[in-house]
Amino acid sequence: MSTRLPITKTPKVYIGGAFIRSESGRTYPIADAAGTFYANIPQCTRKDLRNAVEAAAKAGPGWAKRTAYNRGQILYRLGEMVEARRLEMAGAIAAGGSSAAAAAKEVAAAIDRLIYYAGWADKYEQVLGSVNPVASPHFNFTVTEPMGIVGVLAPAEAPLLGLLSLLIPAITSGNTVVALASESRPYPAILLGEMLATSDLPGGVVNLLTGLRKELLPTFATHTHLRALSAVAGADERRQLALGAAESVKRTHFLKAEEKYDWFADTAQSLYAIRDFLEFKTTWHPIGA
Amino acid sequence: MPTLVSDRKKSAARAGRPLPELIFGDLWEFDPAPETADPKLKARYNLFIDGQFVAPKSGKHFDSINPANEQKLAEIALGGPGDVDAAYQAAHKAFASWSQLPGRDRAKYLFRIARLLQDRAREFAVAETLDGGKPIKESRDFDVPMAAAHFFYHAGWADKTEYVAPGRRVAPLGVVGQVIPWNFPLLMLAWKLAPALAMGNCVVIKPAETTSITALKLAEILQDAGLPPGVVNIVTGAGETGAAVMAHPLAAKIAFTGSTEVGKIIMRSLAGSDKKMTMELGGKAANIIFEDAPIDQAVEGIINGIFFNQGHVCCAGSRLLIHEPVAEKVIGKLRHRLRVLRVGDPMDKNTDVGAINSKDQLEKIEELVAAGVKEGAELYQAPCRLPPKGFYFRPTLLTGVTMSHRVAREEIFGPVLSILTFRTVEEAVEKANNTPYGLSAGVWTDKGSRILKLSTELKAGVVWANTYNKFDPASPFGGYKESGFGREGGRQGLLDYAKIV
Repeated sequence: MSTRLPITKTPKVYIGGAFIRSESGRTYPIADAAGTFYANIPQCTRKDLRNAVEAAAKAGPGWAKRTAYNRGQILYRLGEMVEARRLEMAGAIAAGGSSAAAAAKEVAAAIDRLIYYAGWADKYEQVLGSVNPVASPHFNFTVTEPMGIVGVLAPAEAPLLGLLSLLIPAITSGNTVVALASESRPYPAILLGEMLATSDLPGGVVNLLTGLRKELLPTFATHTHLRALSAVAGADERRQLALGAAESVKRTHFLKAEEKYDWFADTAQSLYAIRDFLEFKTTWHPIGA
Repeated sequence: MPTLVSDRKKSAARAGRPLPELIFGDLWEFDPAPETADPKLKARYNLFIDGQFVAPKSGKHFDSINPANEQKLAEIALGGPGDVDAAYQAAHKAFASWSQLPGRDRAKYLFRIARLLQDRAREFAVAETLDGGKPIKESRDFDVPMAAAHFFYHAGWADKTEYVAPGRRVAPLGVVGQVIPWNFPLLMLAWKLAPALAMGNCVVIKPAETTSITALKLAEILQDAGLPPGVVNIVTGAGETGAAVMAHPLAAKIAFTGSTEVGKIIMRSLAGSDKKMTMELGGKAANIIFEDAPIDQAVEGIINGIFFNQGHVCCAGSRLLIHEPVAEKVIGKLRHRLRVLRVGDPMDKNTDVGAINSKDQLEKIEELVAAGVKEGAELYQAPCRLPPKGFYFRPTLLTGVTMSHRVAREEIFGPVLSILTFRTVEEAVEKANNTPYGLSAGVWTDKGSRILKLSTELKAGVVWANTYNKFDPASPFGGYKESGFGREGGRQGLLDYAKIV
C-alpha cells in the first residue's frame, strides 16, 4: 500500500475573526528542528498591524461590556478548545525544536493558565477595586476598567505559553489585543488562531500577527490607538518602544528578553498581570437627601 | 439705596418671570479682612540634603516672589547636578536602614510629621498663600489640612503593606525621584512623600521654582520629627535641576506631576532606562450639566470646578457642557455668580480668586483667551477691580465654543471656562471623551442611572457626580490616556511605590 501524500496547511494569521494572508502577499519560510522546510508564514506589514488595530478597536467596546461571568466562560471555552487539540499543538511546538515532553508540558501549562485567568474574570474587581472612606459626606468608590487595545510582543521561546501568558491577562478584563508571535517559532500562534476562532471569543478581541519583529516594532511603539504594550523585549527594543510610547503616554510593561524567564513558575501567572492593564476610575457622589 | 434692575417687579411676578435681582454695585465696600499670622519665613533657604540645610555648590540663589504684589519673599538655592547627586547619595545611603525599619516605626515618623504640620497649620497656610498666590481661605481650609491628612492616612499603611497586594509580598523600590508643580506646592509634596515613605522608599524631590518655600518649611518639620537624615532630600531649582533629578542613575522610580508636554519629555528621556514611572499630567475635564440637574447647586459646583485655585488645577472643570434646554439659564446664572466672586488680595479672608502664580502663567492664559476670542468665542469677564500690582486675571466665561477651538482642546490652567452645549447623552459623552486627556469629569443630573452610565462611559480617572473638585487621601487620583498613569491615594496608589516580589 502506498503512503498517502498529506495535505499541508497554508498558514494564515487570525485578524478580526478572519484568517488572512498578509496584505503584502509576503511570506517567510520556517523549517522544522531537522532543518526541513515546514511552512511559509505570513510576513505581516505595518498595514496589517494597523488593520488589526482597527479590528481590535471595533471589537473592544462590546468585549469590555460583556459580563465578567461571560468573559470567564469564554476563556474557559478557549481552554477546552486547546485541550481538545493539545496533541496537534504539542506537535507544532515540537516541530519548532522542543522535545516532545517539553512541548506537551508547555501545552498543559498553557491550558492551565487559561483556566487560571478564566477564574479571575469575575473576581479581580473585588480584590482590586474599593469603596473609599473619605472624610466628607460622599459615597466614593474605585472600579477598574480595561485600557483598550494592548499591543503584545511575544518572546522568541515558549511560543505558546509565553504568548498566552502576556495575552490572556489583558483580555480577561476586557482589553483587546494585537499580538506579534515569536518570529522564529510562529506556527503555534497560527494554530492558536484556529482555536480562538472556535472558542466563542468575538472576532477582533485577539488578533495574531506573524512577521519580522524589526519591521513591526516601530508601529507597535508609535500607534496611538494601542493604549498599552506588553512585551518581552531586548534592551534596544525596550528603548525604542518606550520612546514611541512617550508620544501618546502609552503604558508599557516589559520583561527583559536578556533575562531567562521561567514561564512555568507560579509567579508567571498573577492577579497583578491583569492589574497591569487596568485603569482605576474613582467616582464621587454626595450622600444626602 | 440698592437699585432695582427693573421697577416692573409686580408685572414680572405676574408674568411668572423671576423677580429682578438686586445689584449693589460698589455701594458698600467690603472691609479688608487680612490674615495676619506670621509665616516665619527665612531670608534665604538652602537645599535640604542628608538631614541638613546646605548651600548649593553653585553658591547661587534665586528670588521667590509674592505673585500678589511682586515683592521678594525669600532667596531659594539653585541646585545643580552636583547637589542632586549629593541628594541621591544621601538617599541611597539612608535606604539601607530606612527600608529595614519596622513598618510601625516608619508609621510613627509619618504620624509625627502629620501632627507637627497640624501644629503649624496657620503659619504654613500663610506661607503658601504668600508664595503661590492662592486665597488664604483655600490654603487654610484645603491645602494644609489635606497635606496633613495625607501624612496621617499613609502613616497607618506603613505597617500594613502586606494588604497592598493581596496574595503577593511587596518591597520598596529604593530611591524615588519626584518633581512637583506649583499649583498645590505643599499638598503635592505630601501626595508624593507620604506613600513613598510609608512603603519604605527614600526620596529626592524638587519643588517648582516659583513655590519652594513650604517644601523647605516642611524640611524643618522633618528635622523636628527626627526623620533619619537622607530619607527625604529636597533640591530646589528650575527645569534643569528637575531634569537632573529625573535622570539620576540611582533613581529606581520617577514620579512626576506637571504638564503633559513635560511628562512626554521625561518619558522620552527615560526610554530604555527601565525605571518605574508614574505620571500625573494635564487635563481638560468636561463638566456636564443635564436639564434635570439641581441648577443652583450645579452652578456652585461649576464655579468651584473652574475658579478653585484660580483654575490652576489639573483636574479643573474647564469645559462646561450644558444640555441645550437649560443653556441660557445656566449661563445667565454663571454670569451673575461671576459678578459676585471676590478677586484680589490672596491674603484677604474674603477673597475667592487670588493671584495667578507667575507672570509666565498669566501670559499663557492671556494668549489662549485671545485665541479663543479670535476663533469666535464670546467673552464674558467679571467686572471686578484688580489690584494695581501683581498677576491677576478676571474670572472668564467663553461661550459659543466648539470642539475645534483651542480653548476647548488645550489646557489653559487659569480661571477660564469654555462653554459648549449638547443635545443628547451620547453627544455629551462623545464631546467629553473627544480629547487626548482623561483626568477627571463632572456630571450633574438628578437621575441615578444616568450618573452610573456616564461614570462608566467617561474616560477619566476621577468622576465627580453632583459635586466637583473633591479630594481625599483615601481616594485614588490619576488619569487615563495622556493625563498620565499611576494613581495617588488609596490602596491603589501605594502599589506604585512598591515592587511585587
